[in-house]
Amino acid sequence: MESTVLKVSDFSAYFGDSQILKNINLETDSNFVTTLMGPSGCGKTTLIRCVNRMHELIPGARVTGKMYLKNDDIYGMEPIVLRRKIGMVFQKPNPFPMMSIYDNVIAGYKLNGIRFPRDELDNIVERSLMGAALWDEVKDSLHRKGTFLSGGQQQRLCIARALAMNPEILLLDEPTSALDPKSTSAIEELIVELKKSVTMLLVTHNIAQAARVSDYTAFIYLGELVEFGPTDKMFTVPKDKRTEEYLTGKFG
Amino acid sequence: MKDHTTARMIKDKVFRATVILLACFSMLPLLLILYFITRNGIAVINWEFLSQLPRPIGEDGGGVFNAIVGTAILIILSSILSIPFGITTGIYLSEKSDGKIAHIVRLCVVVLQGTPSIVIGIVAYLWVVAPFHSFSAISGGVALSIMMLPVIIKATEETLKLMPYHLKEASLALGVPYHKTILKVILPTGINGILTGILLSLARITGETAPLLFTAFGNQFMNWNLFKPIDSLPYRIFYYAMSPYPEWHAFAWGASFMLVAVVLGFNLIARGVAAKWKVQF
Amino acid sequence: MTEMCSVNGIGMQDINEKTETADMTAKNTMDKSEQRFGKVLLLAAVFVVVLLLAILATLVAASIPAIKAFGLTFFWGTTWDAAAEKFGALPFLAGTLITSFLATLICIPFSIAISIFLGEYFKEGVFSAFLRSSVEVLAGIPSVIYGLWGLFLLMPIMRAIEMYLGVTPHGVGLLTSALILAIMIIPFSASIGREVITLVPGDLKEAAFSLGATRFEVIRNVIIPYARSGIIAGILLSLGRAIGETMAVTMLIGNSNFIPTGIFDPSNTMASVIANEFAEATGITAASLIYVALVLFLVTTVVNIVGTYVIKKVALEASKEVT
Repeated sequence: MESTVLKVSDFSAYFGDSQILKNINLETDSNFVTTLMGPSGCGKTTLIRCVNRMHELIPGARVTGKMYLKNDDIYGMEPIVLRRKIGMVFQKPNPFPMMSIYDNVIAGYKLNGIRFPRDELDNIVERSLMGAALWDEVKDSLHRKGTFLSGGQQQRLCIARALAMNPEILLLDEPTSALDPKSTSAIEELIVELKKSVTMLLVTHNIAQAARVSDYTAFIYLGELVEFGPTDKMFTVPKDKRTEEYLTGKFG
Repeated sequence: MKDHTTARMIKDKVFRATVILLACFSMLPLLLILYFITRNGIAVINWEFLSQLPRPIGEDGGGVFNAIVGTAILIILSSILSIPFGITTGIYLSEKSDGKIAHIVRLCVVVLQGTPSIVIGIVAYLWVVAPFHSFSAISGGVALSIMMLPVIIKATEETLKLMPYHLKEASLALGVPYHKTILKVILPTGINGILTGILLSLARITGETAPLLFTAFGNQFMNWNLFKPIDSLPYRIFYYAMSPYPEWHAFAWGASFMLVAVVLGFNLIARGVAAKWKVQF
Repeated sequence: MTEMCSVNGIGMQDINEKTETADMTAKNTMDKSEQRFGKVLLLAAVFVVVLLLAILATLVAASIPAIKAFGLTFFWGTTWDAAAEKFGALPFLAGTLITSFLATLICIPFSIAISIFLGEYFKEGVFSAFLRSSVEVLAGIPSVIYGLWGLFLLMPIMRAIEMYLGVTPHGVGLLTSALILAIMIIPFSASIGREVITLVPGDLKEAAFSLGATRFEVIRNVIIPYARSGIIAGILLSLGRAIGETMAVTMLIGNSNFIPTGIFDPSNTMASVIANEFAEATGITAASLIYVALVLFLVTTVVNIVGTYVIKKVALEASKEVT
């Protein structure tokens, strides 16, 4: 049952002359939540963006090393093919304001010009919204624009949008940083629930959040992977001094 | 699936190529215009062209000295008429930016800016030419100043709005009265933006022909009397271009070269001012 | 050291006294100059409103003879005959509509291409700087020079095309004017288009990319729909420009006061008929031309207000999105 979904080996990233990531090695197994944790500016967001090659949108970015998604070389495929297999949820909820809730969920198919019969689309929408624990709240207003939703609901809509593509891994880039505490805990519950069906990579600078939701944690500091292991172990007996200092709030 | 992806990627590339092609193609007229102006213009420009008056057709030589002087006079006249009003109104708009009057004024500025120049020409005719029964430099200056006004107002308002509030606070905290704070602290700090606006408005009106057709009119002789018709470069270009004589067409190109040089010169100076006199906060 | 102190002491006292007396005497004059300052500002601002109202009033007053004589029939009268003192503006309305709409139509693909080029594909770099300054130069060239260039390059080309097609080879006419207008309004609408395209929030584009969309799909399905109202407003404002543009059209339209029957026909726009005839017009002819100017003024005003309002709304929404 357990298998490697994402494998990162000897991976480095640069923007122009400055090196953002230094020789990262990492593996995530299916149906686990792995957290990338570290102070802001440490490179955790860069790492997650390198997984679906979003960093390539910024001129001057380049990488060395390898990444594999279920044995497929990530840097050997077309980005548009790769990104369909990897879901991503951003810091700020960003549903498409000009689309209805329904269209937002199937935006991945719509944008890529993939057509399905209506009933199958209905199916995808219902399943994805259920997966994102949003179905009951929006099922009567599917064809309204999503802008009336609260921030937390919008973020769950974005999760539904990512789930609709049946991603092999879901990247969550500080998904609760723009949300209030109540919406945050709703998203955290959702992450724990989703673990049954999808592998997740979560970026957070919130130590407590990492402890609450993740199975494995990677601590990144100044572009380096300092420590990687099961969350409970790392939080109780950190091996590295820097990890300990970070966890006890000495810096960051 | 594979085909679908390839097709999408081809579409992406085709679109990108189309955009680049269309964007580059729209530069073609510019290159052609600059080429024509330079080739035909430089050929006739010499000292005589710059210093002599136009001669009747059939006589060789002559120049556009009166048009150069006329354009200069019109620029000075319209600047005198529009700059004080423009800056003062701009200050009003930035200071009372949410007032009811400010909203109305702003709407008027938008309308003035969009008003066709020919309409302004008619209005200046009715205001100045008709009562005095003569085309005149003054009426041309009035028409052009109405065209400058919205540009200066907008530039002043936008520049002053960008001034940080702490600058005003610092001055007020020293006990400097409000109006002196505006005139001696805020205005000098924003002078680069305002000057840029004035230069851009000058670039706009220097080439205007339509408002001059029934105001400054045109004059093949030298004229220093502000109440008499006066020549200008754009009017001269129009007059020569519509004539049937090839010699005059050549002169039209020469005058065009000078006019473009002046307009682009104003633009360049405006940029220089914007960059050099910028106050860093 | 002691000397310095005493000097300072005296100085301080002096200053204190001075400021106090200044405060006392200046209090009243200060208030007055403060008030005067406010009044001058208000006066200048009100002046702008008065100026605009005066323009409108002047146009209305001076066209009253024509309004009285022709009323609304002015708008569908097809004869413009100064000798018979019969004036209908339909030929000029038609000429204006045809040239400006045609120009806008020709302009759209180019200006959108430039907007996407500068707003999405090449936001910075040499390539983009070159295109951007070219567009600026293009926008700065005076109308009369476009007319001159049109006469000597566009007109012969059009004449050749017309000969080839077997229509009367005027060279000048509706299509020639529309082409020169298109070239003139491209920079304007492109710069508005670029602005609204750069207003599209980056996180929306990222969301679409993360779902595997190609750049074309992002532009078509995210950027264009989001920027749509701004782009349309930009096109509307460009149309307003084309409607009011005078010199180049006057030089290239052929000055004919009849209803055009074909795209190559010589014609007149509202602006060009004024430019061509006003200087020699008197009496009812002048009043009729001013009536045309009044209509032109009202049309461009409406187009401008609507366009500007939409652009402002778009910018406001985008700024809300960011905060």
